Amino acid sequence: MTANDPSSSSLQLTADGQLRHFLTLDGLSRELLTEILDTADSFIEVGERSIKKVPLLRGRTVVNLFFESSTRTRSTFELAAKRLSADVLNLDINTSATSKGESLSDTLLNLEAMASDMFVVRHSQSGAPHFIAESVTPGVAIINAGDGRHAHPTQAMLDMLTIRQHKGGFEGLKVAIVGDVLHSRVARSQIRALNELGAAEVRVIAPATLLPRDVESLGCTVEYDMVRGMKGLDVVIMLRLQKERMEGALLPSEREFYRLYGLNQEKLALADPECIVMHPGPINRGVEIESAVADGPQSVILNQVTNGIAIRMAVMSMAMGGQMAERNRKLAGRAEA
Amino acid sequence: MKSLKITGGRLSNTDAETTVLIRDGIITAVGEAAGQQSAEQVFDASGCILAPGFVDLCCNLREPGNGQKGNIASESLAAAHGGFTTLCASPDTSPVNDSGAVTNLILDVAAKRSAVRILPVGAITRGLEGDLLSDMAGLAGAGCIALGNAARPVKNARVLRRCMAYAQTFGLTVMFSPENQALAADGYAHDGLVASRLGLLGIPEVAETAAIMEMLLLAEETGVRLHLSQLSCARSVEMLAEARKRGIAVSADVAIHQLVFTEDALAGFDSRYHVRPPLRSEKDRQALLAGVRDGVIDAITSQHQPHDSAAKQAPMAATEPGLSTIESTLSMGLLLVGRGELDRASLVRALTVGPASVIGRSAEIREGAIADLCVFDPEASWTPDNTSLCSVGRHVPLPGKAIPGVVRLTLCEGQQAWPRNNL
Repeated sequence: MTANDPSSSSLQLTADGQLRHFLTLDGLSRELLTEILDTADSFIEVGERSIKKVPLLRGRTVVNLFFESSTRTRSTFELAAKRLSADVLNLDINTSATSKGESLSDTLLNLEAMASDMFVVRHSQSGAPHFIAESVTPGVAIINAGDGRHAHPTQAMLDMLTIRQHKGGFEGLKVAIVGDVLHSRVARSQIRALNELGAAEVRVIAPATLLPRDVESLGCTVEYDMVRGMKGLDVVIMLRLQKERMEGALLPSEREFYRLYGLNQEKLALADPECIVMHPGPINRGVEIESAVADGPQSVILNQVTNGIAIRMAVMSMAMGGQMAERNRKLAGRAEA
Repeated sequence: MKSLKITGGRLSNTDAETTVLIRDGIITAVGEAAGQQSAEQVFDASGCILAPGFVDLCCNLREPGNGQKGNIASESLAAAHGGFTTLCASPDTSPVNDSGAVTNLILDVAAKRSAVRILPVGAITRGLEGDLLSDMAGLAGAGCIALGNAARPVKNARVLRRCMAYAQTFGLTVMFSPENQALAADGYAHDGLVASRLGLLGIPEVAETAAIMEMLLLAEETGVRLHLSQLSCARSVEMLAEARKRGIAVSADVAIHQLVFTEDALAGFDSRYHVRPPLRSEKDRQALLAGVRDGVIDAITSQHQPHDSAAKQAPMAATEPGLSTIESTLSMGLLLVGRGELDRASLVRALTVGPASVIGRSAEIREGAIADLCVFDPEASWTPDNTSLCSVGRHVPLPGKAIPGVVRLTLCEGQQAWPRNNL
């Protein structure tokens, strides 16, 4: 069983390998991931202009379909769509239709009737964007903005962009992901991206209760001891710890977690002096990370946020391009026939 | 149909060509004796296998109460299409089959509309809620063949122990799907490679093995006759073999899809293969196959769970577990035979005498036996699709794929159950 899943590839790529949905990093090649990073790089410049718009999605309607609330991810997607000149509709389904007992399929049928071109989907259940991509009308692009414990591919790609900006590339890099890997869609996507892009080693550092079964099969090594795990690192990525983990008997206390797996200056000093510190946010100061580290010179946490907009612009424009190319090909095929 | 002669078919156990004569629902002659007699009708079974009618220990008919998913008429016809003549009907209906009145209702409807024999399994706890004992003796009196809790949990070991002790008082067989509720929690996929990669909530093997250990110890203590339904783990097969060696009165079955598929079927989030217990690893599948070959596992069940399409149209966690399998159980078995993973004799045994013995019945082709028969062509193939399927549930395994094994004739007590039209 490889991490490269052919069924996902055929769903999210067009016949000639262009992106048409963006659901997972499984099945995406190093070339395609690099193309996403390069495209994002070109959009960073747009954000620095006084008029921060390009007309790539002019006349298109993008619907932010958030079944699980998120301020940060939704606002960066909204900004990204607006900078691409799209019309944006934000729908917080969490509080509307599904709580009235409407099924996801029915919600979708209703939204499709509004002639949208793209759905940005966040859902608490793993695989929900796959389900939506399989059931929508052809021509509508689906972008995964985080599904259950499965994937958060735009977050992972903005992290990759941040790493590339600071490290120049991925060859030879030693990267650790620390904390609640079990519940983390971000970690799963990061491990996949780092493997595909050629990082030398991906290490997960956590107690056994916060690691998925057979986690090594995802393409990483396991280290229970953070002091040992910090040695020689080029990048350390801290994950957010949800408070409810204590109630599920996964951890004894925040205090013990912080003592063993929290990142402070002392532990950071064990890594390579050039090691950068990342966190997908929002951060819990004093739970995963000490303030002095989060705000310190090695922290690139705020760069990650800026890069988030560029990555989302890249992915949205590429998926829309793939859908358009597919539509044109079909029309051409029909004209020939 | 008063008398029928089936000629040219080969017996499933000996592979010898033979003739079978059926009169008034009874097999009256087999072999030369049958060949010499005349009958009102003759069925040419050349190239086909003659097997006793298949017995299914776990089948969901959805009636009463869930007509959108299936009913006794539709699902019994689907069963006949699959070569089954005896179905043990799960008590998980609405209302739950936890009283003689519901049992009588099911048997009344079955007498009018069922193509095959239906033997209800009664709920061992009231409402299947796992808390209070049902009227077990009353259920058995009304015709329940065994008692179980469908796939629902029994509240705790104390209730389980009393269920077993009470059932043992009346010599009743209990059927349980072993799953420790606290360990299974909100899971819906095998806790392994695929679930880790896709971020699916896992059900660890120990959810099954810990439950089996508890059930075996309680069965040993109470002396009840225990049947373990739908094993899914390699370790479970070992534990079963050890328990048998110890002399515990225990039997077990495996669902057909556990022998064909693994967790890999969920890649791409295919909710069709969301089943319970979950499809596990290749190592587990191999051990389950070996269990069937060695006879440690007595029976293969369909674990037929017909659903309406909405039940399967959602992200996996929100879908209902189960496949619509009864029409393709034989075909999937023959697929395994074709791959060299199972021999045909073991397959037929696990569909006939194996399950029959669990419920104290027989399933054989001999003079004087009830004429429950299945005639199938192992070389012919068919494709499960909307035109071929009889079940209301269309979420079949391997949809649209040609699979081996076509049932030409199913007889239940000498009555033609399949095909639908007169010969």
